[in-house]
Amino acid sequence: MIVTFWLALRDAVQSLLANKMRSLLTVLGIVIGVGAVIAMLAIGRGAQNAITSSIEGIGTNLLFVMPGNIKPGSNPAAVSRHLTLGDVRALADPLAAPAVADVAPLVMRNEVVTAAGESHATSVVGVTPDYARVRNYHVTEGRFIDETDQAGRASVALLGPDAAKALFGRTEGLVGLMVRVRGQPFRIIGVLEPKGGGAMAGNQDDRVLIPLSTALARLTSHHNRVDVIMVSAISADQVNEARQEVTEILRRRHRLRPDQEDDFTIFTQDEFLGTFQTITSVLTIFLGGIAGISLLVGGIGIMNIMLVSVTERTREIGLRKALGARKRDILIQFLTEATLLSLIGGALGIGLGWGISALVGKIAAAAHADIVPEVGLDAVLMATLFSAAVGIFFGLYPANRAARLEPVEALRYE
Amino acid sequence: MPDLVIQVQEVTKIYRMGSVEVPALRGVSFEVSRGELVAIMGPSGSGKSTLMNILGCLDRPTSGEYILDGQPVATLNDDQLALIRNRKVGFVFQNFNLLPRLTAWDNVELPLRYAGMLRGTREKARAALEAVGLGERLHHKPNELSGGQQQRVAIARALVNNPAIILADEPTGNLDTRSGEEVMALLVSLNRDQGTTIVLVTHDPEIAAYAERVIHIRDGRIEKITTNRAAEEVAA
Repeated sequence: MIVTFWLALRDAVQSLLANKMRSLLTVLGIVIGVGAVIAMLAIGRGAQNAITSSIEGIGTNLLFVMPGNIKPGSNPAAVSRHLTLGDVRALADPLAAPAVADVAPLVMRNEVVTAAGESHATSVVGVTPDYARVRNYHVTEGRFIDETDQAGRASVALLGPDAAKALFGRTEGLVGLMVRVRGQPFRIIGVLEPKGGGAMAGNQDDRVLIPLSTALARLTSHHNRVDVIMVSAISADQVNEARQEVTEILRRRHRLRPDQEDDFTIFTQDEFLGTFQTITSVLTIFLGGIAGISLLVGGIGIMNIMLVSVTERTREIGLRKALGARKRDILIQFLTEATLLSLIGGALGIGLGWGISALVGKIAAAAHADIVPEVGLDAVLMATLFSAAVGIFFGLYPANRAARLEPVEALRYE
Repeated sequence: MPDLVIQVQEVTKIYRMGSVEVPALRGVSFEVSRGELVAIMGPSGSGKSTLMNILGCLDRPTSGEYILDGQPVATLNDDQLALIRNRKVGFVFQNFNLLPRLTAWDNVELPLRYAGMLRGTREKARAALEAVGLGERLHHKPNELSGGQQQRVAIARALVNNPAIILADEPTGNLDTRSGEEVMALLVSLNRDQGTTIVLVTHDPEIAAYAERVIHIRDGRIEKITTNRAAEEVAA
């Protein structure tokens, strides 16, 4: 059996080499198809990794509390309530909420920040000193916002590394310099270390942090309202307890009756992760599916050429049958040829896909997007199996036609 | 009772062209003994090609019986016929029908591979090529060989499975006179020295003259069977 297979393979190789140019062109469809599938899956996976790491980079054991009920299927009438500093203080009470470690409220505004003639549109975020711990932020120079800044509504600012580069062209030696937000001067007290994170999740390095009290006084009209309250649980397995405590406290403070829906929304980090992963997998499957269509077209190309080949080699088939080839022998011969064609295409396509992925990775790196395309072994395996299947599927009809030729007619064929 | 390799009894073949039935053979009966060199002769359209296809198990008769080497073959299915062709029939065609991509050696080995033989095929193929005087041309492809050499490769391929009969269809039709004579000399010597049964199909009386008996076909029937004195003298 193995010998038969090797001989069939030798025949197939010889026949493909006899028409090198044609074989190459035939295979091109599969090369492009497999290449596209591999590249799309790799880029999709890269995007997913980038999003996952940027969400994980936000911190650990986090809950995000947002005003209004924004989960799907909710009653829009319940959207009106806001989160206040009073809510923040209630959540920070260790007796009422033992599973909660830190509470970090923030307000965020898109502002144009200016410094030394440069201006840069970025997010200005008002945060408390706890924010550094909750978000796992560190500074490369200077210091973080402290309680004194918070209590005194100090006009101080921390720059993210990308914001620093945009304004000053560097990330060192900035402490003591001034930036202006809405025309008001802020003294730089530090620069944040780079967090990375994908372009899709928002650039975490392009922002300016100021004390929450300052932000509430200078950037907002309701000096009591916060946009988001970040809550960290005391450990990863206490996330659900923390969520329950936060829900109870806020419902009581907002005086909700048991039949009323929440007027706030809590996301856990896992939920964020799950949502983004669903989005990226749908995107990946979609792109992979489009790429798969070109694989189908490639398969039809193989079928076409195999049909031509069967017609061209009618005499050869007749002769082989005269020499004692059975239907099965002819079938195997042509199937081997079709499968070999598409497997060669698959192999070249894997190379092409890998090349495209590497190229996209380079371009993404040049654009400061942290998408590193990853060609997975499963994708390679799938592409190989798929191209073999395409060869067998689209080779079956021509091979069957060859096998069923009548030897007398085939020998007479001119 | 002589050892009969071919027994043809009342064989008919009718082709269907749409609704019209075209009879190609209208009841043919004859026998060939083992070791004979027989020619089937007739003008084109006489039915000799149809007869050759049936003798070579490439086609089945519409009615009648054909027994090849003791095996009734008229009702076998396609794969069984393929097996019979492989084991019992060696073909030599007018236009050689060698596979152009394969070397002489590979061409001759082909029937052994379809026989499912795993070991010793290379040696057997080489021996067959040496037997037709082409031991030096193992690695040549058909387009590197002369017409006469190509036909000798084809004869080696026909011989390699030790078939019961060799069917040669106008074996010299595409050759110049000298190569044609060489090929015929080879076939005659195979018949005389190794007792190979050979059936020649031809329209050329000069080729038919090599045979001991000539079966004349006309309009799908045997017109006459003649015995060739000259061939008997050669045989003697």
